[in-house]
Amino acid sequence: MDVFDNLLLGFQTAMSLSNLAYCLVGVFLGTAIGVLPGLGPVATISILLPITFGLPPVSSLIMLSGIYYGAQYGGSTTAILVNLPGEASSVVTALDGYQMARQGRAGLALATAAIGSFFAGTVATLLIALFSPPLAEIALTFGPAEYFSLMVLGLVASIVLASGSLLHAVGMVLLGLLLGLVGTDVNSGAARYTFESPYLADGIGFVAVAMGVFGLGEIIANLEHETTRDVMVKRVTGLMPTREEWRRIAGPILRGTAIGSVLGILPGGGALLASFASYSVEKRVSKHPETFGRGAIEGVAGPEAANNAGAQTSFIPMLTLGIPSNPTMALMIGALTLQGIQPGPSVMTEQPALFWGVVVSMWIGNLFLLVLNLPLIGLWVRMITVPYHLLYPAILVFCAIGVFSLSNTTFDVYLMSVFGILGYAFRKLDCETAPMLLGFVLGPMMEENLRRALLITKGDASVFITRPVSATMLALALVLLVVVLTPAIRGKREEAFQEGA
Amino acid sequence: MRPPIRSPKEFGAGLIHLTFGAAAVWIGRDYAFGTGARMGPGFFPTVLGAALVAIGLAALVRSFMMPGEPIGRIAWKPLFLVVAASLLFGFLLPRAGLAVALAILALVSAAASEKFRLDWRAAAGLAALIAVCVLVFVKGLGVPLPLLGTWFGE
Repeated sequence: MDVFDNLLLGFQTAMSLSNLAYCLVGVFLGTAIGVLPGLGPVATISILLPITFGLPPVSSLIMLSGIYYGAQYGGSTTAILVNLPGEASSVVTALDGYQMARQGRAGLALATAAIGSFFAGTVATLLIALFSPPLAEIALTFGPAEYFSLMVLGLVASIVLASGSLLHAVGMVLLGLLLGLVGTDVNSGAARYTFESPYLADGIGFVAVAMGVFGLGEIIANLEHETTRDVMVKRVTGLMPTREEWRRIAGPILRGTAIGSVLGILPGGGALLASFASYSVEKRVSKHPETFGRGAIEGVAGPEAANNAGAQTSFIPMLTLGIPSNPTMALMIGALTLQGIQPGPSVMTEQPALFWGVVVSMWIGNLFLLVLNLPLIGLWVRMITVPYHLLYPAILVFCAIGVFSLSNTTFDVYLMSVFGILGYAFRKLDCETAPMLLGFVLGPMMEENLRRALLITKGDASVFITRPVSATMLALALVLLVVVLTPAIRGKREEAFQEGA
Repeated sequence: MRPPIRSPKEFGAGLIHLTFGAAAVWIGRDYAFGTGARMGPGFFPTVLGAALVAIGLAALVRSFMMPGEPIGRIAWKPLFLVVAASLLFGFLLPRAGLAVALAILALVSAAASEKFRLDWRAAAGLAALIAVCVLVFVKGLGVPLPLLGTWFGE
């Protein structure tokens, strides 16, 4: 097993004409939907997910990953051009990127974002190739106790990183876990919370939840106050950085990549943390911190690199452990499961072509982003200027067809409507929905591993603290909770989210 | 006199958590609880439900103690129309077929916007959208969406 052999296998898979095409289409569609204001990666992937159902697993995952970076890049484009970040992690990009656009340097800001993302994506892809095999090997030694504790750690991290009240974030995780348990219990065959409906026997469709909460809920919230958007720039010119500007962005991109790669692996939405961290680092090391917030190119380069590196390395826990580290990865796991693949450490050994094909296609996807997006910027600007009152009925149309095509029943359409109401309610009550979606995906896995762990020890719960790996995870989770509850840090955390809002 | 509920957002969130938690425990009492070593189907949901009840109660108590923001204006019209539009889509799809269901979905939801006017451009856009959906999803991807429903004798 050699990294180069693996990458070669990956190139063979990813470079097939059809997979290249799916990657390209994914990146293109992802960007096209992602630039639409108010649609972040999770919503974009949910909307486009049905298109990938009919594909073979490798192609479908390649296309989904393409959609993911496309959506992220699209979000940055919108943040720079109209100051409307589609997702939390491009909030930081909007700070300086929009200022640059106002100064007539939109082209440069967009090019910087693309270059930073490409570099970060390349490094992060290499990291995935290097670190996934040993990590998967470690993961193969994990028993149910380790898995359970790992999921606890992931959920705690998602609680800590959620904006708003900690109490409600915990509530949302519990609610998500409970919703995940609806359906037939694998062990006893008992139907739980199905209200004797055959449609619920296989559980609540997770796309119905995601689309209801992130699609419908978001649309209703956006209609609360309709505003007209002004695009700063109708024509984008002056793309390439000058020599001087290359020199200025090199450092931030390198540092951003390093920060993003490390934080992305953390469960619970590392990419968001990464872009915030990179921004404050750049501000601190800069000789001209006063330019930040007024169109500093470093403030675009660093966070964009960090953001993309984090997005990429967040695939590592998903691919090696089968545990999602953020809602986007939860969607990916859902998509894989629909394809009949149980994500986990065995994917790499049992389906090496799938694993390495996806890894290599990540890099190819980033390359496509770089060569595709800058020439197409005029098209993206036109997409952004489509008025919202024409846009959202079309989004609803795609949501409705998408959720139907999942199981070919109208039941899921009704379910989506119900979750739309819930999604709007949670938004009004400041309850973040990302931890809920994470809990929803982890619910059945957690129960299964808890059950197995306790079955082996005949009910002795001390197994979670006597096995070293499990104990470490739980200790980390505890430390995270204690730290975030410390009044000083708590204030800082709220401050950080204030800055982001 | 100040109103007893000082933080309406906290109150609302607490109420939702309490309701779901209590429902999980209440319905879950029919499922075998089992023992620690042999967890029954009721074990995990009951524990989670009880924890959610606790969270909900804590939030309710907090909502009377701590000042907080008001919930703000609720967008009843968009809420009603968007949800109704997607429910109608589900109802009409098998009965009236895809084209009608999509048209109703788009038009009812669009009515939620102050700015939407059904002029010839919007109508042409809608027709094009429906055509694209039929071509891509039904013809291209083979999603079994009925083009004409039972009302039209299909």
